[in-house]
Amino acid sequence: MDAFQWLYSDIVKDHFTNPRNVYNPDEKFEADAEGIVGNIKCGDQMLFMLKIVDDVITDIRWKTYGCASAIASTSMLSESVKGMSIRKAYGIKPSDIAAKLGGLPDNKIHCSVLGDKALRAAIDQYLEKNDRAGEFKGEDAVVICTCLNITDKDIETAVKAGARNWQQLQEATKIGTVCGGCKEKAEELLHEFSHIYS
Amino acid sequence: MSQRFIYMDYNATTPLRQEVKDGMVRALEVYANASSMHESGRRARAEIENARRSVAAIIGVKDPATVYFTSGGSESNNTVFMTMYGLGRKAPARRKIITTAIEHPCVMNAAAYLRDEGFPVVYLPVDGYGRVDMDAYRRELTPDTLLVSVMAANNEIGTIEDIKTIAAMAKAAGAWVHTDATQAVGKIPVSVDDWGVDYLTMSCHKLYGPKGIGALYVRPKAPIEPLIRGGHQENGVRAGTYNNLGIIGFGMAAELALADLPGYMERVGALRSRLCDGLLARVPHIKVNGHPTEVLPNTLNVSFPGAEGEAILLSMDIEGIQVSTGSACASGSLEPSHVLMATGVGPELAHGSIRFSLGKYTTEEEVDYVLEKLPPIIARLRRMSTVPATEA
Repeated sequence: MDAFQWLYSDIVKDHFTNPRNVYNPDEKFEADAEGIVGNIKCGDQMLFMLKIVDDVITDIRWKTYGCASAIASTSMLSESVKGMSIRKAYGIKPSDIAAKLGGLPDNKIHCSVLGDKALRAAIDQYLEKNDRAGEFKGEDAVVICTCLNITDKDIETAVKAGARNWQQLQEATKIGTVCGGCKEKAEELLHEFSHIYS
Repeated sequence: MSQRFIYMDYNATTPLRQEVKDGMVRALEVYANASSMHESGRRARAEIENARRSVAAIIGVKDPATVYFTSGGSESNNTVFMTMYGLGRKAPARRKIITTAIEHPCVMNAAAYLRDEGFPVVYLPVDGYGRVDMDAYRRELTPDTLLVSVMAANNEIGTIEDIKTIAAMAKAAGAWVHTDATQAVGKIPVSVDDWGVDYLTMSCHKLYGPKGIGALYVRPKAPIEPLIRGGHQENGVRAGTYNNLGIIGFGMAAELALADLPGYMERVGALRSRLCDGLLARVPHIKVNGHPTEVLPNTLNVSFPGAEGEAILLSMDIEGIQVSTGSACASGSLEPSHVLMATGVGPELAHGSIRFSLGKYTTEEEVDYVLEKLPPIIARLRRMSTVPATEA
């Protein structure tokens, strides 16, 4: 169908119709770590299960409740992190996944690409299990507020801790209290993380 | 890629039926301005008045002069709401607007505009089937109520409202009554006198006619102000050179739809039952949304817990089946269908909902094709889902 082709790229369609590394309960996949993010209220949720040997992801399985681009982006991510070090995998961003998929509509990048966060949640669980909690924290961060050196990760942490509006975010991080130039970008992230962690 | 093409989205719009298409090709030659006094103008005018009679007939109107042509349902609805805006500004003691939580966006947003302008606006809740909560309505129907606007049948779940009772109560309270009958006309019998409404909105492209043309019925003596000011067309209610092509197409589509109605209801209703029964037998843990009996004969809305609507829709699209969904992902917003949410089904079932809307060209064989293709699609999506497929 032409309509399908203009809605999403052929790569998305391929991963949507033939998703790779989907968890199958019959194969008794023994994961070293698991991470789940998203919620049904918003219409997307994903779970990553990792096998890790010497800090390298040797195998991966996933499950997703979500739209075509959610399924395709999770599938694509699962393929690209196999054989990758957990340190490198920790730094993957939604835009990296979208690029590999041949592009996604803007509104889909925010709401359907949760795989990177589920992956980080799984890696965090692995680090925690091995008494290495927080080892990669900050490595993948992007500075949003240049005055106070506040990163996207700081915003994510604040939202996870309950911040849901600009005032609460400011109380938690002090963001935007100097020049205020970061407000637009920060509010975008606040909206995005609120969607994921509500 | 599928070679099949099965259209089950007739509530979104319908294809132009062949007879209408042929008539419109002829009508392309009716170029004269129907306001002109000369012979070709009078001929065009005669065709327009003929079409007006057909459009009046399908809503049981005896005096065709009470039917005004517009560009479609959205314009008809906005004309009523903006008329109320004018009335309420002049006489603020009566300017409460009562509508429902499940209206089409053009009514929701026209009402929201009045609310922003300071009018009290109430969006009545509905029950689990999508029928207006009559206790809430009775409570809200205070003497300051200016307008009650309730859709005749819902576009997403097909539930038919009890317009007759709603209108009688509104009239007793001294309010004007409007119904958006866009989805009802051509699918169920419609009569403005039986229902007792003052205004009724209709749209042509849901009746196998062209897009860009609709109508508004206005009961004699009910107030009406033009949304588009200009010339004296439509008795000054709607300015703009007559849309000969659209109006003539509308007339033909309405005439044919009225003649077809009894057969349509029986045949399409049977197909809907076949689809509904077939899905219930073949797909575990599903929920049929909307009213079990007071429902449009062509509309079937089903939630598939554990699977997300856009993924279902696109999987069906690959098999050549065209439907729609109440999922947020399909709308580009983060909110799932306001209609399903209003019925209280919860976000998971709203995200996993599919609307099948059948039509006069739907066949039994097409329904069976859907019944063959859909169960494996749901099973596949549920297998990869984090959400269990138990009915919520």
